[in-house]
Amino acid sequence: MRKSPSAFNMVAVALGLAFLYLPIAILIIYSFNDSRLVPVWGGLSLRWYRELLQNEALLDAAWVSLRLALVSATGAAILGTLAALALARAGRFRGRLPFSVMIYAPLVMPEVIIGLSLLLLFVVADLDRGFWTTAMAHTTLTMCFVTVIVQSRLADFDWSLEEAAMDLGATPLRTFLSITLPLISPAVIAGWLLAFTLSLDDLVIASFTTGPGATTLPIRIYSDVRLGVKPEINAICTLMIGAVAVLVIVASLLSKRYSMSQEHKGALGAPM
Amino acid sequence: MLSDNSAEAMGVECNRAAPPQAGRVLLGIENVTKRFGGLTAVDGVSLDIMQGEFLALLGPSGCGKTTLLRMLAGFEKPDEGRLLLEGRDITAGPPYRRPVNMMFQSYALFPHLTVAGNVAFGLRQEELSRRDIDARVTDILKVVRLEGLGHRRPNQLSGGQRQRVALARALVKRPKLFLLDEPLAALDKKLREETQSELRELQRRLGVTFVIVTHDQEEAMAMASRIAVMNEGRIVQVAPPAEIYEQPNSRWIAQFIGDVNLFEARVIGDASPYLVAESAVAGPLHALRPGGVSPGTDIAIAVRPEKIHISRATGKLPANAISGVVADVGYLGDFSLYKVRLDNGATVKAAVANVSRRAEPPPALGERVTLDWPAESAIVLTR
Repeated sequence: MRKSPSAFNMVAVALGLAFLYLPIAILIIYSFNDSRLVPVWGGLSLRWYRELLQNEALLDAAWVSLRLALVSATGAAILGTLAALALARAGRFRGRLPFSVMIYAPLVMPEVIIGLSLLLLFVVADLDRGFWTTAMAHTTLTMCFVTVIVQSRLADFDWSLEEAAMDLGATPLRTFLSITLPLISPAVIAGWLLAFTLSLDDLVIASFTTGPGATTLPIRIYSDVRLGVKPEINAICTLMIGAVAVLVIVASLLSKRYSMSQEHKGALGAPM
Repeated sequence: MLSDNSAEAMGVECNRAAPPQAGRVLLGIENVTKRFGGLTAVDGVSLDIMQGEFLALLGPSGCGKTTLLRMLAGFEKPDEGRLLLEGRDITAGPPYRRPVNMMFQSYALFPHLTVAGNVAFGLRQEELSRRDIDARVTDILKVVRLEGLGHRRPNQLSGGQRQRVALARALVKRPKLFLLDEPLAALDKKLREETQSELRELQRRLGVTFVIVTHDQEEAMAMASRIAVMNEGRIVQVAPPAEIYEQPNSRWIAQFIGDVNLFEARVIGDASPYLVAESAVAGPLHALRPGGVSPGTDIAIAVRPEKIHISRATGKLPANAISGVVADVGYLGDFSLYKVRLDNGATVKAAVANVSRRAEPPPALGERVTLDWPAESAIVLTR
């Protein structure tokens, strides 16, 4: 039996949610403000969304960020999945712990340090900084998130499925493509979506690794805001929040559907 | 349980073209050894698997039977020795290039594919037309009585149905050798007994060579035409079930298979064709004399409980008989298991079949009884 929440709990939840979402709500509301001055309410309008369409610099930056997120999320999904598979398949070998710790290091390492070290690497390697260096940097940062997600899915993976496929005549490649990959795909997709959103809103690392001609949206917004908050920025931020929210919801629905199908299996698993 | 005409429709080639020839070796296992780190899982095993037989690898857990099976399937490579399938060396061949299929203990059904998709998976790896695949899938689903369930997912099936999907998925490949790893372990008792006779019938009908791994001796006895008993990585005896039971070749097997009374004894005389052995527990005993046993040899005389005749003591002890007091009676319906304590404290088990609703009450707890058995029923064990 479920008790109805007490007044104290209700207030606590309301305050917590307000703390998290009030700033975002204000941003969204003000993106529909007709007034040129951000803090002054001048009525509801889509004016700044129209202005945004004229703002080549912001749109270019958004396009760069989008491409960057697509490229680095795809790279991270591939590398991260491979790393997770390698760790899961190798079982317990000597030096397994250092390996898994190294995979997870970027999760806890300050971004400034990652950015700085990558910058040094690119300088030493004599790479021109720009779109591709940032894509590499984002791939490095986000692949560990993919690894964590895929690895947790692989923890209860039934490896006899792979053996069964090979026993039935499938080569290792066919086995991976037709059995393993479809079964872990919810985790891979969830990891891809997470990598995508992480890349989309990264400011710190991109500011170290990017160069002229590859200004990402967060960098553009940050530099514009230093000259004063323009209402267009509210508009583009609202669009970004929308995009990220959709992706996060899709990712969580995917993993939820997967775990529900697992439970379903368990419920019917008993011999009838 | 299995429908008959559909097995005809399946048209297993090896059955049609040539009836299983007795005595033809399908798979030769030559001196195979497998080690994991410092542990020797399979230790120099040699065994010929005959075309069309139903062989059971039986042994306690950790005896190496599953490792041996996995080497036949190709999941493990032997460290030493060879595997010859119809004379061709397949020792190093990967699992996907062997005409050998396996049914996994967990069934390992692909959860994202339907029943039909699971069964068709193996056929899709061969160069077959879609029509052929569909026809063979439909046929085999009929054989295992799953027609109409082709569109279901594995998680929508009962345990017994899943087991039959796993069976169909492997058999549809028409393997030369079909491996089953503890196929009945996940089923409840009643379903297990049904499936035992189903599998035996299926094997006879298809003529495919079956190798089953099990730790359950009753299962092995009920299904197999030959049993290879394994212990500590070695095969200790290979024989038909009745021979394993009636003629075990060592104390270990006699105790592993079924219930047995073992009397350690020393041969003291000869009463051809019998030998006389003196047992500290049971006194002088007679048994058929096997070759190579001379006076002075230490042997064990093994007597199965159901071979022992129990009667009320009359005061006069016949030959090959011992006397004791009923210490425990377990009434099991079809038979009663008596535990009789001898005067020197040892316990002997005797099973009495309850063949009639007898008027005379059977010996009761605490009563003095005589146990005797024909000398032919005793097994002489030298190892």
